[in-house]
Amino acid sequence: MDLTLKIWRQKKEYEKGAMHAYQIKNIEPDMSFLEMLDVLNQKLINDGVEPVAFDHDCREGICGACSLVINGAPHGPDSGTTTCQLHMRRFNTGDTIYIEPFRGSAFPVIKDLVVDRSAFDRIQQAGGYVSINTSGNTVDANATPIPKPDADEAFNSAACIGCGACVAACKNSSAMLFVGAKVSQYANLPQGKVESKDRVINMVKQMDKEGFGSCTNTGACEAHCPKEISTDNILTLNREYIKSKLNQ
Amino acid sequence: MFFINLIVQLFIQFVDLYYIVIFLTNAKMKSSIIKKISMALSGLFLVIFLAQHLAINLTSIIPDGGKTFNTISHFMGYNPVVQFILQPILIFGVCFHFIMGFVLEYQNNQARNEKYIYHKTRSSWISKNMIITGLVILAFLGLHFYDFWVPEIEYKYISQESPDPLKYFHELKEKFYGETIRTIIYCFSFILLGMHLNHGLASSFQSIGVSSYRKKILKLAANIYSLIISIGFISIAIFHYFIH
Amino acid sequence: MDKDRQMLSIKEVADMLNVSQKTIRRHISSGKIQSVKLGGIHRISSEEINTLLGPEQLVQVSPCENFPFPNKVPEGPLENKWENHKGSINLVSPANKRNIDIIVVGTGLAGASASATLAELGYNVKAFCFQDSPRRAHSIAAQGGINAAKNYQGDGDSNYRLFYDTIKGGDYRSREANVYRLAEVSGNIIDQCVAQGVPFARDYGGLLDNRSFGGVLVSRTFYAKGQTGQQLLLGAYSALNRQINRGKVEMFSRHEMMDLVLIEGKARGIITRNLVTGEIERHGAHAVVIASGGYGNVFYLSTNAMGSNVTAGWKVYKNGALFANPCFTQIHPTCIPVSGDHQSKLTLMSESLRNDGRIWVPKNKEDVIKIRNKELKPTEIAENDRDYYLERRYPAFGNLVPRDVASRAAKERCDAGYGVNKTGQAVYLDFESAIIRYGKEKAVSSGQNAEDNSLVKRLGKEIIKAKYGNLFQMYEKIVDENPYETPMQIFPAVHYTMGGVWVDYNLMTSIPGCFAIGEANFSDHGANRLGASALMQGLADGYFVLPYTIGDYLADDIKTGPIDTEAKEFKLAEKRVKDFVFNIFKNKSGKPVDYYHKKLGKIMWDKCGMSRNKDGLKSAISEIRNLKKDFYKNVFVPGDMHEYNEELAKAGRVADFLELGELFAIDALDRNESCGGHFREEYQTAEGEALRNDSDYTFVSCWEFQGKDRAPKLNKERLLFESVKLKSRSYK
Repeated sequence: MDLTLKIWRQKKEYEKGAMHAYQIKNIEPDMSFLEMLDVLNQKLINDGVEPVAFDHDCREGICGACSLVINGAPHGPDSGTTTCQLHMRRFNTGDTIYIEPFRGSAFPVIKDLVVDRSAFDRIQQAGGYVSINTSGNTVDANATPIPKPDADEAFNSAACIGCGACVAACKNSSAMLFVGAKVSQYANLPQGKVESKDRVINMVKQMDKEGFGSCTNTGACEAHCPKEISTDNILTLNREYIKSKLNQ
Repeated sequence: MFFINLIVQLFIQFVDLYYIVIFLTNAKMKSSIIKKISMALSGLFLVIFLAQHLAINLTSIIPDGGKTFNTISHFMGYNPVVQFILQPILIFGVCFHFIMGFVLEYQNNQARNEKYIYHKTRSSWISKNMIITGLVILAFLGLHFYDFWVPEIEYKYISQESPDPLKYFHELKEKFYGETIRTIIYCFSFILLGMHLNHGLASSFQSIGVSSYRKKILKLAANIYSLIISIGFISIAIFHYFIH
Repeated sequence: MDKDRQMLSIKEVADMLNVSQKTIRRHISSGKIQSVKLGGIHRISSEEINTLLGPEQLVQVSPCENFPFPNKVPEGPLENKWENHKGSINLVSPANKRNIDIIVVGTGLAGASASATLAELGYNVKAFCFQDSPRRAHSIAAQGGINAAKNYQGDGDSNYRLFYDTIKGGDYRSREANVYRLAEVSGNIIDQCVAQGVPFARDYGGLLDNRSFGGVLVSRTFYAKGQTGQQLLLGAYSALNRQINRGKVEMFSRHEMMDLVLIEGKARGIITRNLVTGEIERHGAHAVVIASGGYGNVFYLSTNAMGSNVTAGWKVYKNGALFANPCFTQIHPTCIPVSGDHQSKLTLMSESLRNDGRIWVPKNKEDVIKIRNKELKPTEIAENDRDYYLERRYPAFGNLVPRDVASRAAKERCDAGYGVNKTGQAVYLDFESAIIRYGKEKAVSSGQNAEDNSLVKRLGKEIIKAKYGNLFQMYEKIVDENPYETPMQIFPAVHYTMGGVWVDYNLMTSIPGCFAIGEANFSDHGANRLGASALMQGLADGYFVLPYTIGDYLADDIKTGPIDTEAKEFKLAEKRVKDFVFNIFKNKSGKPVDYYHKKLGKIMWDKCGMSRNKDGLKSAISEIRNLKKDFYKNVFVPGDMHEYNEELAKAGRVADFLELGELFAIDALDRNESCGGHFREEYQTAEGEALRNDSDYTFVSCWEFQGKDRAPKLNKERLLFESVKLKSRSYK
């Protein structure tokens, strides 16, 4: 199929960017979206033009590196899918596809479609862990039974791949789904409960410091989350936060 | 006596504003979650007020020549508890909700310095445009105050007429009977109010962290409530438009 | 300088080939070697040597007796080795740890867990990864699970059994003591991870659940749905984050290690390139830990992430560390087949699918042709016309034979012309009979009509969905076929590399102060890795082994003081890196990096892939050499070095893959036996099974770098088996 691509090109963080149009031909429907961009890049290199920079790594939907806002939707038109899992059979010949980076003040553009998502790392560093040492001399793994529903709930929250689509989808660039998922994973497990108070307060503080917006419950994050993390996690975040503040 | 009344009223409004400023500049209000919780709580307060407002207004369609409506309205207009305690709280709530709404909107807007060229996410129009529905409601409030509050102030504090416990129903009729444009504006605003409430109510439950097990029921409650409020007010307006 | 080196003197050539100068002169006069006379002196191009003489003749071989590096395996009975060792090695006092810096390259399971633990102990850690966040390391993609000899199921599991299974699964090409230690600490891993809040699957009693995996006889695999690797990595990442927050770990993401710095023979730092700004940076430390994963991407198409590379390990090799068993590669049997030339990456489907799926191809070639032309659907082929070749060849293990056996069998059928997709490179994995079996069970147990076919199918599909739902969904997204209705197409793909940097029992490479952990080292899996063991090894090395053993080396370093990055060695290494980068940019047009990577991958897959033979390997070596030359001559990298430039990063990685590919083929050529993932067509039984040669090849091939364009030297570390008897693996 033949396509018109309108891609955001930006040389560096503080330089001005703009959309550029590219024509691309003979794309096979079995190609993944990123393979289509590979084809474009090979063509650009052959033409002596700098290729389009985009983040990607595992290409099987688990590492969270790939991003891209495709036709206005983070990770493209399908739900529960990362960009690398999106295939070109989803498009028709003659289509115009808009490709932009994940945008947010806390996600500055590094180049073209590559953004800096280290804000997520810093939020995790502020409290997204259980403070035990790594000697292995803890209690036996089966010493604390955990009810299956709690374990499953914690797993569902922990499925977050940290891609940042929630921020990209949110009209407020809010990171509360990401933070909520981490907070509820630990809130559902006895191991995490010990430090739950400080954790939620520190993580939210860092989140605000990074310049993310606040949640207005539009639900766009859940709709675009490639792992379909539920907004219930935001609810848990709010509740944990209130609880911690009241007990302070 | 009336003059002192006026002074007290003005003083109370001033105190209201003062506290809004204090709240918004408080260090704790820096937290995004506290902000949205306070937005939710003030919203929930207004939800209660609206229910009460609708209940009183519904008495105006009881076919008793406006007797019940007049009695309640007079009570609300002259009872000192309502006048000096509830009304200031209400004004505080309304102002707080609006100001907070603007502050949040501004800050959330700042969270994305470079906008998308093309952004089309899978979320409802209502939830994304609370600021628009909110602004329409604010504009409507202006009209509403002009229609009912300004004459009231004029009546109470400026011309300082003695209370007339039977004037309320008559006033209401005067505003709507055959007044096509006003009725349309009112009805339109009520529709937007319903939309605003529909998302706002469900959203405030989420913001204050009400258990997810009850999420579906709460969503349903929000739907029903917003429907009742908008249909209720619309039908009152239409009722008085057609029937003298 | 490069040009000079390509023209060699007679003495140099003689040294290189380990023959006398006389012999070379004789060959020149007989015309066997072409030479050029420059200023009266014979000069021979290095190319000439390579093409004239068979590659294997270039290799210097040193016998097992002369193995130059002690492997430091402690004395005593197998069960006590690790305890005794821990009790006797040197330690660093807490006060001194504060003065010691350690660099960790890579933040996967091994790297992140090692960084966190070393920081916890008090060392100052600098951790590096090329991804934008440590959480994106490719450990995250592991699906199935992690083994541990916990014996929670009471099915007779023990440390010894896990050890034995791993040794046997590795086809007796791994070091006993290392493997036993791995089994010994495996239980601790689970305790540690649970304490960190890793949400493993649990049963209704609230206790941890286990599943069985790839050909072993007990259920010892812990899992978190199909995302065990992700959950374990996030656990290690959270421990790492805690230390970053404490200020004990300094994290450098989007940094690529470009070279190792040796001072007085000890590893004292690395040179990195900041992938965002392009800056070349120097980092000093008292020890360097390589945890950069495997090199499966030498095949271009593999299940590894796009960025996975060998660069860190390769630079260590080029600085003198031994590289062990490079040809041991695991080819995973259940991957989604290649769909066309555009393919950039292969996707693995968990091995657990083979528990319920039956693998087959059509019996008749006519059917194959009709299927390829889409005239026939696989579901229309009668049961009698299907060839369930694994069940036919290996009746005892059937579809559950180990990965290497299953992969070769698929290749055998496809080579014989029975492949079922348009490229002829796919076989079917069919769940039909499992659906019916489960459906019938469910119908009977729930008191419904077990004769009602549609009901049975519906019930069966529900059960299959509960077990493999996410995998089926993933398959459907990629292939656009519904695997509940039509059999899946699968084909083997490169998945894991057992080979890697040689390490001793302390996980130290042959360079003092340089350590290698996780997939980057060679130590525990021999010639073939068992399912769910990679995660175990990464975490064992990082959490429980390296933090102890590194002390033994660092105990001598407490008085060293901070490492001076202004030392001449740092400057030299930085210059080497800058020269390389500068050199890459000299072409103003040419072919993109991917062109070379794809070409290399094709050579590797065709000639060093699932089965290898002498002629193929020889031609692979010369093809790779030519490709390498072409690469430096014609590769074109757009942009410049002072910015984010993915093409430049790729060029550096591919340059190393090209060198590794050659060593890979040399190693495969040298190992005249078939074992585990290494199958030499010359060495097979009459039935086509792998034929090991224990009397001549019970050793680790440790390759030593001898200089650019010079053949590497082969050192052999003998493998001693005291606790297990060498047997041939049979899955019949």
